[in-house]
Amino acid sequence: MIYFAGQLSNWIFIAFVVGIPLYGALKRIDVFDAFIVGAKQGFETSVSIIPYLIGMMVAIGMLRASGFFELVYLLLAPALSAIGMPAELLPLALIRPFSGSAATGVMAELIHQHGGNSFIAKTAATLMGSTETTFYVVAVYFGAVNIRRTRHAIPAGLLADLAGIITTVFICRYLFA
Amino acid sequence: MLNAIWLAMMFLAVIVGVIQGRIDNVVRAITDSAKLGFEVSLGLAGIMALWLGIMNIASESGLVKRFARALQPLMRRLFPDIPVDDPAMGAMLLNIAANMLGLANAATPFGLQAMKELQRLNTHVHTASNSMCTFLAINTSSVQLIPATAIAFLAANGNLHPSSVIFSSLVATSVSTIVGITAVTQLAKLPIYRLKEADNL
Repeated sequence: MIYFAGQLSNWIFIAFVVGIPLYGALKRIDVFDAFIVGAKQGFETSVSIIPYLIGMMVAIGMLRASGFFELVYLLLAPALSAIGMPAELLPLALIRPFSGSAATGVMAELIHQHGGNSFIAKTAATLMGSTETTFYVVAVYFGAVNIRRTRHAIPAGLLADLAGIITTVFICRYLFA
Repeated sequence: MLNAIWLAMMFLAVIVGVIQGRIDNVVRAITDSAKLGFEVSLGLAGIMALWLGIMNIASESGLVKRFARALQPLMRRLFPDIPVDDPAMGAMLLNIAANMLGLANAATPFGLQAMKELQRLNTHVHTASNSMCTFLAINTSSVQLIPATAIAFLAANGNLHPSSVIFSSLVATSVSTIVGITAVTQLAKLPIYRLKEADNL
């Protein structure tokens, strides 16, 4: 099962990276030109998030150095171990609903500190992939059409995020621990 | 809100650092982390450029539109109030398809367009319609198929099989989307979230 999951991940990735240009070529578009246009945007995006990354990585780095996570772990050990969540992932789960770029910064710090092959790194990566910036999306989308009473949009979004977090911890413990 | 979290993180670090006698480490972490933040961003740029380049081919070749059409039967069931050939449906389809492919920049304009079209169909000017809440729930539950940024960071930090998180993310994001959609249909029935007389203004 774990082997299968790894292989499936590989082939999905290859299908995207090779399959999409192939499809583009069949549709007779200039695939390399199209690639360059998108790649420029990708580069600009990664440059534009540098300030967010630095701001968040400094804050998380300070917290880590202070011994904060050991303390949280001692205090919350029963609750966290009930769902099997490492204390290091708490800040990521808390920041995620507010800002995607800030959460990227927190994830980057975790992956760097623990190494790309660690359980925490892979769990952080999965968490980023399965949760969203709920408050930001709700504010921008409803703000654009001047909706004031958002009803159940935020609770539903947060419930989805919570489900994403719990499922992430479960599946990652099974696949990567 | 982000302001408060950011400040609280740094403030807590100083307090805990003083209590634990690790203030030297905290000070060193400030400069080290700033340097690290920049280095990490550079490592990210390569894979982000590759990924968005590939995805731009997907947009220009019409693959995103094709993908959106494949989602249509599902969308009809999720949005019973919206006529199938309404522009709102088309905008929502393109938004969700772009989100699934990780094209966040392309997804937002479609999303805002979809909200405008949904607002046109909305009978309560300042109150969210059921369709709007469902659309937002799908958007906020993350439907991304490939977590490209996360893969980029794993690869930059020595992970030999960074794509291994595709499968785990797919499982987790499917569960979160199902919970989001279930929650949105069930919460709509609660008295506090129900549409009121006062909304019909």
